[in-house]
Amino acid sequence: MKLGKKILLYVLAISLLLFTSYPFLYMVSTSFKSMGGFFENPFSVFPKSFTLEQFTSVFEMGLVTYFINSVLITVVSVVLVVFISALASYPLSRMKFRLNRPIFVLFLVGMMIPIHATLIPIFVMSNELGFYDTLLSLLGPYVAFALPISIFIMTQFMSEIPVELEEAAKLDGAGNWMIFSKIMFPNMIPAISTVVIYNFVHIWNEFIFALILIKSPENMTLPIGLQKFYGEFSVNVPGLMAALTLASIPVIAIFIIAQERVVSGLTSGSVKG
Amino acid sequence: MSTDSNVALEIQKQATEAHKRQNRKKSLSIFLFLVPAVIIYLIFILYPIIATFNYSLLDWNGMGEQVFIGLDNFKALFTDPAFWLALRNNMYLVLVSIFVQVPLGLLMALVILSSIRGKRALNVLYFLPYLMSAVAIGLLWVFMFDPAKGPINNVLNMFGFESISWLASNNIAIISVLIVLVWQFAPFYMILFKASMVGIPEELYEAAEIDGANGMQKFLNITFPSLMPTIVTSSILAVVGSLKTFDVFYIMVGGSSGGSTEILGTYMYRQTFVNFNMGYGSAISAVMFVIALASVIIILFSDSQRKKRGDLA
Repeated sequence: MKLGKKILLYVLAISLLLFTSYPFLYMVSTSFKSMGGFFENPFSVFPKSFTLEQFTSVFEMGLVTYFINSVLITVVSVVLVVFISALASYPLSRMKFRLNRPIFVLFLVGMMIPIHATLIPIFVMSNELGFYDTLLSLLGPYVAFALPISIFIMTQFMSEIPVELEEAAKLDGAGNWMIFSKIMFPNMIPAISTVVIYNFVHIWNEFIFALILIKSPENMTLPIGLQKFYGEFSVNVPGLMAALTLASIPVIAIFIIAQERVVSGLTSGSVKG
Repeated sequence: MSTDSNVALEIQKQATEAHKRQNRKKSLSIFLFLVPAVIIYLIFILYPIIATFNYSLLDWNGMGEQVFIGLDNFKALFTDPAFWLALRNNMYLVLVSIFVQVPLGLLMALVILSSIRGKRALNVLYFLPYLMSAVAIGLLWVFMFDPAKGPINNVLNMFGFESISWLASNNIAIISVLIVLVWQFAPFYMILFKASMVGIPEELYEAAEIDGANGMQKFLNITFPSLMPTIVTSSILAVVGSLKTFDVFYIMVGGSSGGSTEILGTYMYRQTFVNFNMGYGSAISAVMFVIALASVIIILFSDSQRKKRGDLA
């Protein structure tokens, strides 16, 4: 490559890097500053002195509760999503029946539905069933809105598993449940991990259902808790940044460990938001 | 002879019986495998959509009496300036997606697929914003844009410009939020483009090189046309995406600037859960659903058209 072009490429790469990463760096470095240090020099990316006091203080302010709630609802939802969507994908990918295509398309369309179109009835429903302001109220909507993409990913993957495996088992007299649990499910680990990671990221970060369905601080998930922090401690910038950093760590850690799964989830669905 | 045919008939009958039984067993197992997903989908997605349309015909505060008022909510909505303002802001979102997020994502994908050093690290670092929760993104940028202590004004000051109150004045506030959305979603398009660029056959480029094409020509004649389907789909998806947008707007400018920074998502939320106009809020949701559905039909239609053309070729 010619030198001029090379310089241009590097300038472009570094400008993009500044744009995407500077806010991040600002968040992380501010969370290590003391209040005094922040007011003295709010912009510096490399603080003169590091302190962990912000992290301990946000933990004391209730972040632990939000964190535990988020872990709980995310793990339970994701486990349910994996099993329910794997079950549904088996007939959709391996069996011929009249409603196959319509049901599959119905699920696909679910990816495009704006959550707002379901908010009010779900709010009313959870009030009537007495789930309002409990973590349980989030479970139904979280699982339901995760199903379309998960069924899509799993159905595609399952239809590529060789038929021979299944036929051999059938000759041995295995029923559908046997085939599903002993042959299909164990062979679907890549698709399952894509589904787990994709949904983990989205459910961990989910905001609007939690906003309308949860009221008490002891039941709040992280996104709602962060918003509450902001309302109460908006002067304590380093404290808030520490909370933001902590809330972002799990998802970023997952991405760094399992980059490819995150990417394949995103590209197979091509659904934004 | 006749007994023979009787036996044959009997065997056939038994076979069809067995076949029927097997069929019934098969139908039952299909049903059992599908039923959990279908039930959850019906309860938490399909039923709520129908209920939303039903509520949109009511005058209702969520607790008291439900009064049927026909299409009055929609009549009011279509003459409500706040609704049109929100719709206009959603249009801005779509335009920014298509003309800023998509090209920026393409640029990022080109960089991480080029021969630059440290591609792997760049790949992760470019992608980080998309992983943060929208709430965290909104809060982080509130401080980035802070008039007195925010880094953005600090940079402006360094270059001799005056500070701007980014989130306080209406017109600038919406631009500020749009910048944040670009920050959040450009990495998403980067991933999409990266995936479709990896799929372009290497031979095309080799052939072009033999014909003496330079980098720009290769991009314009091979890369760009191959990415066209991705670009078209992303553009239509941008409409759906704009309808799903809520968190960042709510956090950064939620209710602060008297409606001019409202989008459909936040307007619906305010009417429903702040003003308790459940009927009116449902009407807004119903309109959002119809717009999304129309976009989906366009996507499916253009997709099937493309496939048809592909089959003929």
